[in-house]
Amino acid sequence: MKWDISEMGSWTYGQFPPGAIIPEAGNSNDYITGGWRSERPWRDDATCTQCLLCWIVCPDSSINVADEKVTSFDLDHCKGCGICAQVCPVDAIEMVPEGCELPGVK
Amino acid sequence: MPEQKTLATTGNLVVAEAMRQCKPDVVAAYPITPQTTIVEEFAGFVAKGKTDCEYVTVESEHSAMSTCIGASAAGARVMTATSSQGLALMWEELHIASGMRLPIVMANANRALSAPINIHCDHGDIMGARDAGWVTYFAETAQEAYDNTIMALRVAEHPDVLLPAISALDGFITTHSIDRVCVMDDATVADFVGDYESASALLDTDDPVLHGSFSGLGGPFFEFKRQQREAMEGARAVIKEVGAEYSELSGRPFDVIETWGMEDAETAVVVIGSTAGNARHVARELRANGRKVGVVKVRVWRPFPYAELAAALKGLKAVAVLDRAESFGAEGGPLFTEVRGALYDLETRVPVVGYIYGLGGADVRLELIERVYDDLSDIAAGSAAPAGLVYLGAREEA
Repeated sequence: MKWDISEMGSWTYGQFPPGAIIPEAGNSNDYITGGWRSERPWRDDATCTQCLLCWIVCPDSSINVADEKVTSFDLDHCKGCGICAQVCPVDAIEMVPEGCELPGVK
Repeated sequence: MPEQKTLATTGNLVVAEAMRQCKPDVVAAYPITPQTTIVEEFAGFVAKGKTDCEYVTVESEHSAMSTCIGASAAGARVMTATSSQGLALMWEELHIASGMRLPIVMANANRALSAPINIHCDHGDIMGARDAGWVTYFAETAQEAYDNTIMALRVAEHPDVLLPAISALDGFITTHSIDRVCVMDDATVADFVGDYESASALLDTDDPVLHGSFSGLGGPFFEFKRQQREAMEGARAVIKEVGAEYSELSGRPFDVIETWGMEDAETAVVVIGSTAGNARHVARELRANGRKVGVVKVRVWRPFPYAELAAALKGLKAVAVLDRAESFGAEGGPLFTEVRGALYDLETRVPVVGYIYGLGGADVRLELIERVYDDLSDIAAGSAAPAGLVYLGAREEA
């Protein structure tokens, strides 16, 4: 099922599921929260040892991993909390000031 | 009509019996005077294997209602009971239960709120929950407490309603006095309430849903409140439908208000809960002396039966509203302001006087009710209404 909420902004009260239920699983992926960020993580691939500690601690599942290796950050959902940079044992991640080109910002 | 058993029992014990017969999946509760014997009796049913309900003992009413909310969101039929400080401690959860549209049914043993500490009957606790979005029944007797609890479950779980409901009974007066109660058999009640199937159970892994979502700035919070208003308005018809069906089954009449002597009454007392009996007793005696007096009892408090009250009180020469709860700084008690509001659209103005009585279990003696009817007769005869709110029976400055 794909819950179509594209027109939600114009729904009348009767169109919402009672009790503010969300009748679909896993759709938080569609909700872009990257625009909340004031700093973004930057990773130095040469320094990174691929220990995956950042992937373990990221509260927003925003460390993209393929074949057990960190590839990039999911900047649509990363809120810039900086935990990844804090825990990195080799200081391969640095938080850099965010510009104004943020995802999901209208 | 199915055969019924007549018992000499208390309001609390018979509420526990109603709960057992309604077959809840989960009961989470915390004992508090004067509700204690409800959960004690129910815990006994669990211990003796008379119910397969999951009985969750918790460390506070805040946790009790939180557990009920979780269980109800999971898809369970959920019931509980509380009173006074316990209801107050549930306050934030009461709004969450109704906002999440969870049909939890809770008995409340009406008791004063501290301070000073007091364990006796008044409606200060339940009136504090007035705006929490729960359908609310009030019992005059143990029989009504039993009947209301069963009906409340059907109403709460009705797809047009899906709101939590309270079955309130007066602390000690109704909860602890031995009363005559007719009880239906288990199969009849089970058949009447049916099975509960949640349309959006959290534990339904084949059809996953999310409960407790966020609706902040720019979100549809306002629309969700509008939905709740609609659900509560929808409850009006469902309460009557369920009441008519229950009435046929039990042989006991039901309506959202109960009128006595109102066919030709010139003055009337409007009252909630156990004091309706005192009022009827006095009214009966006054009628024997030719006084045209009536009694209107409010049995369903939310949704408030304003249309029914306006119809019942239309054309009267004077009406007294008895409140067993304060709303300090308001023109009168909560029932008074509602009744006055209900009468505003009538063509002819009906004088309405407010009385506060019985706070913290203060005795409601018959001569006090008589005094109210005497005041009404004076007003009907042209005297001025008492200035301001009357504290019925309180020791006043000379």
